[in-house]
Amino acid sequence: MSIAAIPLPDPMCPLPVRISEVVRETHDTYTLTTTAANGSGLPPFLPGQFSMVFEFGVGEVPISISGDAEIPGQLVFTIRSVGAVTAALVGHKPGDYLGVRGSFGTAWPLEAARGQDVLLVAGGIGLAPLRPVISHVARHRSDFGRFLLLYGARTPKDLLFRKQLHAWSALPESQVLVTVDCADSRWRGHVGIVTKLFDFVNLRPERTIAMTCGPEIMMRFVIRALRARKLEAGQIYLSMERNMECGIGFCGHCQMGPLFLCKDGPIFAYLQVERWLEGHHEL
Amino acid sequence: MQPEISSRPEQLPKGAEVRMDVPALELLIEALRERGYRVVGPVLRDGAIAYGPVNKVGDLPAGWTSEQNPASYRLKRRPDNALFGYATGPKSMKDFLHVSEIRTFAAEKTDGLFWILPASEPPPRYAFLGVRGCDIAAMLVQDRVLIGGQAADPFYEARRRNCLIIAVHCTEPASTCFCVSMGTGPRARNFDLALTEFADSDLHEFLVEIGSEAGAEILERIPVTIASTEMTSRSRALTDRAGQAMTRHLDKDRAVSLLRENFDSPQWDRVAERCLACGNCTMVCPTCFCVTFEDSTDISGQRAERWRKWDSCYSLAFSYIHGGSVRSSTKSRYRQWLTHKLSSWVDQFGSSGCVGCGRCITWCPVGIDLTEEVAAIEKANSAARKEDS
Ligand SMILES: Cc1cc2nc3c(=O)[nH]c(=O)nc-3n(C[C@H](O)[C@H](O)[C@H](O)COP(=O)(O)OP(=O)(O)OC[C@H]3O[C@@H](n4cnc5c(N)ncnc54)[C@H](O)[C@@H]3O)c2cc1C
Ligand code: SF4
Ligand code: SF4
Ligand code: FES
Repeated sequence: MSIAAIPLPDPMCPLPVRISEVVRETHDTYTLTTTAANGSGLPPFLPGQFSMVFEFGVGEVPISISGDAEIPGQLVFTIRSVGAVTAALVGHKPGDYLGVRGSFGTAWPLEAARGQDVLLVAGGIGLAPLRPVISHVARHRSDFGRFLLLYGARTPKDLLFRKQLHAWSALPESQVLVTVDCADSRWRGHVGIVTKLFDFVNLRPERTIAMTCGPEIMMRFVIRALRARKLEAGQIYLSMERNMECGIGFCGHCQMGPLFLCKDGPIFAYLQVERWLEGHHEL
Repeated sequence: MQPEISSRPEQLPKGAEVRMDVPALELLIEALRERGYRVVGPVLRDGAIAYGPVNKVGDLPAGWTSEQNPASYRLKRRPDNALFGYATGPKSMKDFLHVSEIRTFAAEKTDGLFWILPASEPPPRYAFLGVRGCDIAAMLVQDRVLIGGQAADPFYEARRRNCLIIAVHCTEPASTCFCVSMGTGPRARNFDLALTEFADSDLHEFLVEIGSEAGAEILERIPVTIASTEMTSRSRALTDRAGQAMTRHLDKDRAVSLLRENFDSPQWDRVAERCLACGNCTMVCPTCFCVTFEDSTDISGQRAERWRKWDSCYSLAFSYIHGGSVRSSTKSRYRQWLTHKLSSWVDQFGSSGCVGCGRCITWCPVGIDLTEEVAAIEKANSAARKEDS
C-alpha cells in the first residue's frame, strides 16, 4: 500500500522516513541519516531546529537536526541512548523506518553572526545541535571572522564526530579545543570542565557571537565566563531543554516562565531567558 | 399554525429578545437533535450537576441546585422547579471540545514501513445547552491556545467549529464564583442563544437573546413571542444582583505583575504545606490544556496507536527530562500552575488563563483558594516592601 495515497490528516501525525545510514559515534550515540519514505520530500530546516522523532509503538522524542542544512532531501539525527525511545531509535539498521514530525523551533542566529567571530561552546550531546552551524560556517568560511569551538565531553570515549573535529580545526582561522572531565591513560588533551578552555583562546569580545548548547548547569557557567570576558548579553545564544511532547505549543510540557521552549525556542538569545536562568530554580 | 408564530417575523434578527416557555424549550431541544446536534447540558450525575447528554427537558436537573464552598460541593433541593438554577459543576465544555482521552492516530506496518490509518469517525457536532458566561470565556481562552497560533489542534478545531452555544445567564452564583473580577460573567457573551430563566412565579418561562444567525435559524420554527421590555429589564436586574452578591474577588491586572515579581514569596512554602499535588484543580479547570501522549502496539507489533490524555503540571513526571524532573517540589509545581494561570498566560496569549469559575476552589480536596493565595502573596509582598524601605 502506498503512503502517498493517504494525505496526512494533521500536524500530530508522523511522516515515515527511511534510514539510509547509521554511524556509530560512541558506545551510546549514533547518527541516523533519513530520507523520505514516500518520495514526497522532507521539510527543510534551519540549523538549531529539531524534529519529533517517532519510534513505532514506543514513543516520540525531540531530537535536534544535526546534518548540513544545505543538503536537501535528508534529515540527520545524532541520538544518545538514555531511555526507552532513544534506545529503540539507535537500535535501527539502514533500511528501517522511523517517523518524524517537523522541523520545529527557532534557529541559531547565522545572519547576526555574519562578519563576526563565531564561538561555539558545546557539552556532550550538545555538539549535535551545533553541527549544522559548523557546516554552514565551513561552507561560507569568508562570511565569518574567526571560528572557535570549545567542546567538553565526559571521557575520551564520549567524544562525538572525532574525524570531523580534526577537519574543523583545519579550517582557516579556526581553533577547536576539546576537554574531557575524566581522562584515560591515552588522553593527551585538556582535562576539566569546558569553561577551563576559555583560558586558551583569545576572544575579541567586540566582534564575537557566542552560541552554547549543553546541560543547563554547564551553560550557566559558560555564560558567566563569557560575561567575565566582556561579551554583552545580546551576543550570547543558547539552546534550552525541557520535556517536550508535541513540539508545536499544545502539550504545555516545555514551558519556562512565559516561554514555550518548543515554539519560542529551543534557541534563545540570552536576553530572552536571562530572568529564568538567573537565580530561580525549578522553573 | 400556532398564533405565536404569526406574531413575529420568520427569521428573527441577531440581537432580538424573545419569550419562550418550557414546552417550547422541548421543541428547541428536538430541533437541535433533528439538525444532527448532540445536545449537551446539565444532568444529575455522581452527586453533582455535570454536563452530559440531554435528549429532553426531563433530563435537566429540575428543582436542584448546588451549594459550593472550598473543598465542598452539595446538591440541594430548590423551592422551585428551575431547570438551570445552579452554578457551574465539575465539567465544562473542555470535556467535549478538548476531550480527556482521544486517539490521535492509529498506524499499521508492513515490511517495516508504516502508514497512518484514516480517522474512522467524523467529529461530533455539539449543541451546548445551559453553559455559563465563564464557560464560554474559558472556551475562548482555549481557542487562543489551540487554534489561535501557527498550528491548529485538529481535534479541537473540528469540534469547536461545529458547535452551537445556548447559554444561560447566571442568576445565583456559588460562593466560590468570581467571574465579575475576571470580566466573564454573570451575563454570558458570545453565544448563539442565551436564556434567562424565570421559575419563581407560576409562569415558568425564559427570555431568549439571539446572538447569531445560527441562533436565529434554530429558533425559526419554535413558538416564541417578542419579549416585553419588562422581561428584558428583569433579566438584567437578576444578573446585576448576582454580580453584586459575589463575595470572592481577584484583581486580575494586578495579579499579572504581582506573580511575575514574586517567585520567591514565602507564601509558596506555606501553600505547598497544604497542597497534595493531586492535580484536581487542573482537571476541573476549563482552560487548563496540557496533555500527554501514550504509544502502544498490539501483540503482533504491526499496529500502533497514539493516545492523547489530559496531563497535569502537578505531576512529577510532567517536567521530567533525563536525569530528573525540573519541578521536583510541590512548591514549584503550585507556583507554576498559579503563575501560569494568572500571569504568564497573559504574556503568552493576551488574556488571563482564569475565568473565575471557582471550580478549582470547590474541587480542591484541601480547599486551597487561589483568590486567597493571591491576597496572601500580595500581603507578603507589601510586608517585604515595608522592610526594605
Ligand atoms: C529541543 C531538544 C533537542 C534535543 N536534541 C537531542 C539530540 O540531538 N540528541 C539526543 O540524543 N537528545 C536530544 N534531546 C534529548 C532527548 O529528547 C531525550 O534524551 C529523550 O527525550 C529521552 O527519551 P527516552 O524515552 O529515550 O528517555 P526516558 O528517560 O525514558 O524519557 C521518558 C520521556 O521523558 C521525556 N524526556 C526525557 N528526557 C528528556 C530530555 N532530555 N529532553 C526532553 N524530554 C525528555 C520524553 O518525553 C521521554 O519520552 C533533545 C531534547 C530537546 C528538548
Ligand atoms: S483557575 Fe480555577 S477559577 Fe480560574 S478558570 Fe481555572 S478552575 Fe476556574
Ligand atoms: S491546589 Fe488543591 S486541587 Fe490543586 S493540586 Fe493542590 S491539593 Fe490538588
Ligand atoms: S512541546 Fe508541547 S507545548 Fe512545547
